[in-house]
Amino acid sequence: MDFLYAGSWDEALAAKAERPPAVPISGGTDLMVELNFDRRRPEALLDLNGVAELREWEQTDGVVRIGAAVPFTRIIGEIASLVPGLAIASRTVGSPQIRNRGTLGGQLGTASPAGDALPPLVSVDALVEVASVRGARTVAVGEFFTGPKRNVLEPDELIRAVRVPVADGPQQFAKVGTRNAMVISVCGFALSLHPSTGRVGTCIGSAGPTVLRALEAEQLLEAELADGGLWESRAALPQPLMLRFGELASQAAKPIDDVRGTANYRRHAVAVMARRTLGWAWQDYQGGRG
Amino acid sequence: MRITFEVNGTTQSADDVWPGESLLYVLRERLGLPGTKNACEQGECGSCSIYLDGTLVCACLVAAPQAHGREVRTVESFAGADGLDPVQQAFIDCGAVQCGFCTPGLILATDDLLARNPQPADAEIREALAGNLCRCTGYEKILDAVRLASARRVAGGDEPS
Amino acid sequence: MTAKSTAARGSTPTLPTHRPGADRGTTPAAGRIGDSVLRPDGVPKVTGDFAYSSDLWMDDMLWGATLRSPHPRARIRSVNIGPALALAGVTAVLTHEDVPGAKTYGLEIADQPVLAIDQVRYAGEAVAIVAADHPETARRAVALIEVDYEVLEPISDMRAAMTEASPLVHEEPTQDEYPGGGNILRKLRIQRGDVTAIADVTVTGEYEVGMQDQAFLGPESGLAVPTEDGGVDLFIATQWLHVDQRQVASALGLPPEKVRLSLAGVGGAFGAREDVSMQIHACLLALHTGRPVKMVYSREESFYGHVHRHPALMRFEHGATYDGKLVFIKADIVLDGGAYASSSPAVVSNAASFAVGPYECDNVQLDGYVLYTNNPPCGAMRGFGAVQVCFGHESQMDKLAIALGIDPVELRIRNAMREGSLMPTGQVIEGAAPVEQILRLVRDAPLPPDADLNDVDVRLMPGGVANTTHGEGVKRGIGYAVGFKNVGFSEGFDDYSTARVRLQLVGGEVSATVHTAAAEVGQGLVTVMAQIARSELGVDQVINHPADTTVGSAGSTSASRQTYCTGGAVKLACEAVREKVLAMAARKLGVPVDGAALDRGDVVDAEGRPLAALAAVLGDDVIEETREFHHRPTVPLTRVAGANGAIGQGDAHLQFAFAAHRVVADVDVDLGLVRLVEVTTAQDVGKALNPLSVVGQIQGGTTQGIGLALMEEIQLRDGLIRNPSFTDYLIPTILDTPPMQVHVLELGDPLAPYGLRGVGEPPTISSTPAVVSALRAASGRPLTRVPVQPEHITGT
Repeated sequence: MDFLYAGSWDEALAAKAERPPAVPISGGTDLMVELNFDRRRPEALLDLNGVAELREWEQTDGVVRIGAAVPFTRIIGEIASLVPGLAIASRTVGSPQIRNRGTLGGQLGTASPAGDALPPLVSVDALVEVASVRGARTVAVGEFFTGPKRNVLEPDELIRAVRVPVADGPQQFAKVGTRNAMVISVCGFALSLHPSTGRVGTCIGSAGPTVLRALEAEQLLEAELADGGLWESRAALPQPLMLRFGELASQAAKPIDDVRGTANYRRHAVAVMARRTLGWAWQDYQGGRG
Repeated sequence: MRITFEVNGTTQSADDVWPGESLLYVLRERLGLPGTKNACEQGECGSCSIYLDGTLVCACLVAAPQAHGREVRTVESFAGADGLDPVQQAFIDCGAVQCGFCTPGLILATDDLLARNPQPADAEIREALAGNLCRCTGYEKILDAVRLASARRVAGGDEPS
Repeated sequence: MTAKSTAARGSTPTLPTHRPGADRGTTPAAGRIGDSVLRPDGVPKVTGDFAYSSDLWMDDMLWGATLRSPHPRARIRSVNIGPALALAGVTAVLTHEDVPGAKTYGLEIADQPVLAIDQVRYAGEAVAIVAADHPETARRAVALIEVDYEVLEPISDMRAAMTEASPLVHEEPTQDEYPGGGNILRKLRIQRGDVTAIADVTVTGEYEVGMQDQAFLGPESGLAVPTEDGGVDLFIATQWLHVDQRQVASALGLPPEKVRLSLAGVGGAFGAREDVSMQIHACLLALHTGRPVKMVYSREESFYGHVHRHPALMRFEHGATYDGKLVFIKADIVLDGGAYASSSPAVVSNAASFAVGPYECDNVQLDGYVLYTNNPPCGAMRGFGAVQVCFGHESQMDKLAIALGIDPVELRIRNAMREGSLMPTGQVIEGAAPVEQILRLVRDAPLPPDADLNDVDVRLMPGGVANTTHGEGVKRGIGYAVGFKNVGFSEGFDDYSTARVRLQLVGGEVSATVHTAAAEVGQGLVTVMAQIARSELGVDQVINHPADTTVGSAGSTSASRQTYCTGGAVKLACEAVREKVLAMAARKLGVPVDGAALDRGDVVDAEGRPLAALAAVLGDDVIEETREFHHRPTVPLTRVAGANGAIGQGDAHLQFAFAAHRVVADVDVDLGLVRLVEVTTAQDVGKALNPLSVVGQIQGGTTQGIGLALMEEIQLRDGLIRNPSFTDYLIPTILDTPPMQVHVLELGDPLAPYGLRGVGEPPTISSTPAVVSALRAASGRPLTRVPVQPEHITGT
């Protein structure tokens, strides 16, 4: 196994182009487990810790551009007001030690449906910036994953940053785990309300081969909010609407039985979380947020 | 490969490091610093907590070559010539140590918490230490120790490092 | 400064810098029994200097690694070690053919191959071992060993394994001690009275317990060092040095004196270190290569490397009168022993013995079975058979309370054992049996305030920081349970411990040295032994000699027995030393012996007035005495029905220890998530030799029971472990563990040293059913299986 250092983004891209099988490592919170447990022996590791620009975030034109290696602790501590859904989800990642090292780039690269930060990114239509020596491109997070542990990255590409729209309304995230801290998601749900556009964003975590948008639930809620004049009135949401929203969210899940929970429970829990997060987000909206 | 980094204020090198080796392994097996513990090697227990450039991390999840040129601080640095660190003393005084395997990691995590938040509420202590598993104590005496260390540091005017 | 990596350890063989037990107290350690003395090993444990078994290191040492079977049941057609041996850096690859002595080992029944012979019986069974210059080299070599398996259908279902049609896990009988047959390793019946007696109300229930892991944090590990006499020194984390020594020596074909064991630092045990893991393997590799060999299991390997708590299927039938007096109890308890015997025969005996709970009932029929299957072997874990049945009998008591319309605590009190009550085995409960008292204590303790839903902190909600509820769906439940268990080894086992105590002047100060082979695993025995020596010999300075096999056996650090047995041995040895000191005082200084004692460095008279300085009495003399403490004999349970049809009878147990729990839980009944609000415990410890440690044991033990109730299970499918990691085998974090009120009673057992009663296990026994009882109260669900999964609460 070789170990490749990159001192800059250009060096990193050059190294990746030269050695496409090299696996990028930043926080190491996923990859090192695979190395320690003898599950994976890549021919080379490409260390991104030396690439300073990956650890920076900036806000421009209503978008927060979060470097791929900004750790979760900084997302929680520095930009929670800009990307509240992502911040709530980030707080549920692993432990403090993991949050000090784990990154969005890592969760995107690992492409596990249980990546806690992924549902809020999909929910708000975040974009992933990827690049290679051949050039840069952006991919919608919702289109980034092609299956469990699979994504659209070409062998010579690296993840540069994630562009997350600054919140224009309430955002929520909930995650079920069988322990009250430091737990892999049994299933999760992210919700974002976008009063300025009338949009509703959703995404289900850990209940399918990839994170999944609950499209029909979004469409139902968007239609009902618009038709009922609820964005303007900020009136209480009808109970049947909330129940139906939960049901549709649940139907969008494609869960399996596994060691962390059953498919049936996941479907049930997604419905409950969808309903509850909607209740909290709407309460925020009624309270004047957005 | 050869890696060189600063450990507890001293520059150290290790030769013949396999690139997939964890920083935990290098500290424990190559540099003679076994105080950082190896309980799970998957970031799920906190026993190998160290400071890497001042940030609390699990040493098992840092590839050793990633530490090249950086600063590492381990539990071995906490007690000085004038005795134990207040956090260490509080763990002893409160009966927060049984088998002790989780203790070095908890010393680090507590130090990190008190540096950020000198007088944490119980819920804050629990969230901050949720990454450090203890199988012996049931955590009650660990909470006692953090409260005591906090009180002593505040009373002693000990500036968070 | 640049240090060469290998130089940091020094060039000469390095033995542990802080061998456990060897550490003099640098914290205020002076203190006698009854004081909350701080640990003598506290300082090295907080500084990182304490040498655990995985910390040991020698200059020229090799790393051992183990090839394990991926199949739960298979024949081995061939093993080809050639490719592994050819790998650069590999020094040895050994199979069963390289085991010079006995090819099988076991605590009681030697049925487990040191390395698999022609077949494997569980997934994870050791097939071959490797020594190499680096752990990664060893892992690569393990991967290069070619094993040709003929994979067979595993026998993994308990019910199927009991049928006559089932193939056998062991084709030849492994023992002739216990009645069994087929895949049944041991079956026993405990019966008294007439279970056809007529009851007003009958409740039946079936209960299931999943496989719990001890999940100690310090992985199995040790260092074996070959010696010039052809023997081996083994530095090891274990619960019982001498039982390891016996098994290692037998496999190596060496006399025990050539296999010397020293206790390395132990990172928790909880039963999982009572059996041999890497001990024999490391010694085989060391003797074969002539070099020190270190083995350290990874967390994943640890799940394969030690025995677990037995999964249980249980059926109970309770009959009672309308006013709540138990009329009869019938129980069928089936335990999955897995592939090898370990301590299964004793575990099932315990399960049957304690299946009724701490209640009086004249008519009982309790059947226990422990099976061989192709699942991972099960053996000792804190609570040892009493844990499983306590979940059953306490669930039944709740169910009966509902059926009778009687308060569940009141129902328990009406049937509570007391001093003089009879066990189902006919044994009379001697000494305090404060079942009613501990139940009242937990019931009458003030309750925590209701959840504050106006100021929600998600950390204090079910689901925690994962933000699943701000109060929605949350219901509060309160549950109670009480349990008990035997202290010490039972059924006729000669359970003893040995202590050697030396008194001499060191640097002008009188110093006592206590030497035992007892394993300090974190529980605090090193503290207590020094307290006993201080109390008995009136000295301040006590040194704990490192535990090793140069002194007689101390027995196992299990069964809540070490303070009783090794504490008892230290007390005896101190008394013998004291007798000699007093005789010496009489001889040298003419001090009258009658009524004299030792206190504060003096020989004192009956009123405590100094007669002579101990230092003056001793001079240059050294007094050393070694004593064994054998607890009073117990007897095996009868296996033939007596005149009245009673069977499974006899005074099989030494002492009983009781604990009760109240649990207050907030349950999100829509998502099935739980936050424990508070746990209250009451336990009689006879005499708290170290109150701080006693409370620590109770809180820690309670938490392991919480884990079994809520999250801890080794999940198996067709004999394969699905979650061998701390990612998916979850133990409680500090956010899952509630504040714990502890009520410690000291009622004194006149038959025990200092009146003490074993402490370690009872809190683990009743906390599980108390948690589940609270969840039932909140959710209204029957919850007949632990751990309770969210879907059990939601019914989805």
